[in-house]
Amino acid sequence: MASLKDLRNRITSVKATQKITKAMQMVAAAKLRRAQMAAEAGRPFAEKMAAVLGNLAGNLVGGAGAPRLLTGTGSDQTHLLVVCTGDRGLCGAFNSSIVRMALREHAQKLMAEGKTVKFMTVGKKGFDLLRRQYRDQIVESMDIRGNRPVDYAFASEIAEKIVARYDAGEFDVATLFYSEFRSVISQIPTAQRLIPAELPANSGQETAKGGGTAALEFEPSEEAILQTLLPQNLAVQVYRALLENAASEQGARMSAMDSATRNAGEMIKKQTLVYNRTRQAMITKELIEIISGAEAL
Amino acid sequence: MATFHFDFVGPERTLYSGEVNAVQLPGIEGEMTVMAGHAPVITSLRVGVIVVTESAGTGKRIYVRGGFADIGPTGVTVLAERAAPIEELNAASLDRDIDAIQLQRDATEDLQRREELNAQIVQLQETKNLLKL
Repeated sequence: MASLKDLRNRITSVKATQKITKAMQMVAAAKLRRAQMAAEAGRPFAEKMAAVLGNLAGNLVGGAGAPRLLTGTGSDQTHLLVVCTGDRGLCGAFNSSIVRMALREHAQKLMAEGKTVKFMTVGKKGFDLLRRQYRDQIVESMDIRGNRPVDYAFASEIAEKIVARYDAGEFDVATLFYSEFRSVISQIPTAQRLIPAELPANSGQETAKGGGTAALEFEPSEEAILQTLLPQNLAVQVYRALLENAASEQGARMSAMDSATRNAGEMIKKQTLVYNRTRQAMITKELIEIISGAEAL
Repeated sequence: MATFHFDFVGPERTLYSGEVNAVQLPGIEGEMTVMAGHAPVITSLRVGVIVVTESAGTGKRIYVRGGFADIGPTGVTVLAERAAPIEELNAASLDRDIDAIQLQRDATEDLQRREELNAQIVQLQETKNLLKL
């Protein structure tokens, strides 16, 4: 049986841990609010971009002048999986569920079909999880650089790197993995195809209506605009994924820390019970010793 | 005077949104002023200043470095990756942009690309003069 001092020490240490998890939960809640606001603020740009792109690309698909970012290389032999995770742990299954999705549902299937798979990781944790098995297949890895809120410049840096590799002919298809934020308790790992670009669903309808698209003028030309718009669209998608990820990470951390705090509370309750029992048992034992000592006289 | 809706959105925030009389845009093929009922056009923008006229005499200026303007029947939307309200702009930040582009220019071998970057530098310097910084 543990001594009273040991029990006391254990209770203090659990209490200290509980304080930490509680604080982390509150910090995550504050950061989550900020991340959600950032996601909200970034939405109009993404929506407008999708609308313009839909207008533009509707009548270009299949044309000879369509850029390669839109049409693809015509092959799907080499795949680039862009895995976006967080930089830090202690957020439940957030990081591992993204990586698991990329591996189980994509990488392993593709490899079984004899295709080449390359990884690009954004966020330290994704790299940590992948490097043991797939060291040679990771072509690039980037950190989110600590706590800094996600900014657009970083997203466009990532997009530029992807486009540069695509132009160099290093891969045919790019897929982005991130976690979509539904609520604090639910984040859904999501896969999104980046190259060839997936067009917004409304592109067909607008042309069918015969309304705006036909009458639109373009300066300088449709192709030239599309040429610059597509890489930007890529950056926007990466940016959105990073924002969703930031919100998801904080949400996941919040619920993980909440249950950790609750577990610690339960543990303290149990340990305190044991501590009190032991203390009472000691007192009783001492009393018995004194009484039986007195009786012996 | 007829007004129309003008939205100016950056990737991180919406910089301007409201009813306006006229918008002057630095289009890639020349400056253009858009008023209500303009024909639908999609145009690229170069480096420059967007002048928004809300009603006679009042308005706002926004500095923009490239982007797109989508002029539709219901309103005008400008999408810009890099932009700032004129009040947030100063000589130092412009100089930083110029330096960054010069660095890029010196690093590229592609002649056509160099020309483009050179043009951007000139435009930035013009903007600087225009704002008397």
